[in-house]
Amino acid sequence: MKKVYLVADNIISPLGFSTEENVENLRLNQTGIKKVDDNYIWSEPFFGAVVNNDKLSEAWDIISKDSGYTKLEKMMLISVSKLLAENSSLDITKCGVVISTTKGNINSLRDDSYKKAYLTSISKTVQDYFKLDHTPLILSNACISGGLALAVGKRMIQSELFEDVVIIGGDLLSEFTLSGFFSFQAVSPAPCKPFCKNRTGISLGEAAASVWLSSNKKNVTEEVISISGDASANDANHISGPSRTGEGLYISITKALKDAGIESNQIDYITAHGTATPYNDEMEAIAFNRAGMKNVPINSLKGYYGHTLGASALIESIIARHCLINNELFASLGFEELGVSESINVIAKNHKKELKRVLKTASGFGGCNVALIIEKEV
Amino acid sequence: MIKEKYYISDFCSIRDKKVFKNGEQLYIDSESDSLKDFGKGIYQYLELKYPKFHKMDELCKLGFLASEVLLRDSDKLDQDTALVLSNRSSSLDTDRKHQVSIQDREDFYPSPAVFVYTLPNIIMGEISIKNKMKSENAFFVTESFDADLMSKYSKILMDTGKATNVICGWVDLDNDKYDVFLAFLSKKGRIELTKEELNNLYNQ
Amino acid sequence: MAELREELKEKLIEQLSLEDVEIGEIGDDDPLFGDGLGLDSIDALELIVLLEKDYGIKLKDPKEGKAIFESIGVMADYIAKHRTK
Repeated sequence: MKKVYLVADNIISPLGFSTEENVENLRLNQTGIKKVDDNYIWSEPFFGAVVNNDKLSEAWDIISKDSGYTKLEKMMLISVSKLLAENSSLDITKCGVVISTTKGNINSLRDDSYKKAYLTSISKTVQDYFKLDHTPLILSNACISGGLALAVGKRMIQSELFEDVVIIGGDLLSEFTLSGFFSFQAVSPAPCKPFCKNRTGISLGEAAASVWLSSNKKNVTEEVISISGDASANDANHISGPSRTGEGLYISITKALKDAGIESNQIDYITAHGTATPYNDEMEAIAFNRAGMKNVPINSLKGYYGHTLGASALIESIIARHCLINNELFASLGFEELGVSESINVIAKNHKKELKRVLKTASGFGGCNVALIIEKEV
Repeated sequence: MIKEKYYISDFCSIRDKKVFKNGEQLYIDSESDSLKDFGKGIYQYLELKYPKFHKMDELCKLGFLASEVLLRDSDKLDQDTALVLSNRSSSLDTDRKHQVSIQDREDFYPSPAVFVYTLPNIIMGEISIKNKMKSENAFFVTESFDADLMSKYSKILMDTGKATNVICGWVDLDNDKYDVFLAFLSKKGRIELTKEELNNLYNQ
Repeated sequence: MAELREELKEKLIEQLSLEDVEIGEIGDDDPLFGDGLGLDSIDALELIVLLEKDYGIKLKDPKEGKAIFESIGVMADYIAKHRTK
């Protein structure tokens, strides 16, 4: 079967508008989560990770004079524009394009421009902006969307639909989702603390990101890194509550390992979902133990980005690629003391480590789970 | 990678107050004037006893009922039957309900039971729970039913062994306008799986 | 108090979409969760909203809900004592 390489990427987040800037901030253990005092989103201050509007306008002015785009569209278009600018051999008109988002321009529902609230409006925007012959595909699969989009991209390449695929992911921190997570009593009153004994729920965030997947090794200019395994599985248990046995996540992990043709002891690092809700983190710890991975170094990047929904697993996979390139691991920000019933090896401090294979996982509402194996050729 | 031939073993649709299975009309309801009552009618016709049904939003009810019709009298289902669904309006029908509950800051009571349905993939969660399917899921949003995408993506899943069978289709609801079509894809059947055949059956 | 209990039963059936359940089937002391009415975690969250919206009671800690939502009887007692509307 064809290999699918992670060739290049970009992240637009509160931690920077390039992957390099993001990685540098992770190295400094800098978080994007702040006390947000923005009445448009919430009537009281809350902790979240938002993209600065002035900084976004500045970046937007460089690529376009047209102000008729939403914040999310601007973030996505800037991300892809940067990806294209940095990779002259990437011709997006010849690529399959997959867009991962959970709520898209959901703010449009309150602002009376309801047509923008249709997710297809985003694929149209991206198509028109980059003058694509075919309409980008939208994948909307709750909190695993970004990871599943990478799996979908890999599958499209392996079944020879395209040689190259561009994955774009993005979601905003909106009143819509924040109010929903508040009604679930799931929002943390302080920056989130994944896997920690003192965790009190999620912090939401916003971000966009893009990735170039290719079957052509000639496109690879840095370390050779591929997605060697992927799988998703449903818990078949509850539409919002995580499975108590971590069933769907465990199945995804075992199938992804099998797909990559490796054993669980060949994984060097797990970049987990780790939302910092009591039940989610507990479920993940159980699944990783069932998969025989309790000693593998693990972190959640939610302490840096908050939960960026449809962008999260994509961003976390991008960071995983750079951890493989640089042979380094980042501390799981917010973590103090283990707060799950099964033992896992949470990364307390940044350190250098020779890395070959990373496991990326995500889980979401609807009982969905995804696992990816990201591997470096050495 | 094995490239086998696949077939559309069964298919069903719910539209214009009617339910069809494999081209035959199964149920018609010209009396009920709300989607809720129409769905309840199908639920009773199928003699279902599943309290969770009543908690679902209207989009999930439609997808769930179609899956019940599709899988009725069928032993084809297994744990590795994947779900690949799509629509145009995502979960907008319920998104609007959630938006109404938060529109007024003085009367601000978002409901968790509504919010949980503001994601289109919850349909697949509901179908998976009912049928204990611990399988691959993907939810795509496209302007109209994309038979090419549905057949190609389903074939990829079966070719790579990620699924033994696939339930694919279209479950759309927007401002009371609904359109539901599901197909069961497997290695057995009469109609070979091609985008043309799938499109024909959708348009029947 | 009997009136409040009946009111709560009605609201439960309506808000939690318990279509197959009749008011008469819910006993005042029947457990609402687990083997009783079989409510789940989303229902528990929905009941927290109901307390706030209809009775002006805002729980300081959502974990308090577990004890309050034990049965219709317990819930009615709690509401009678703490309601602000």
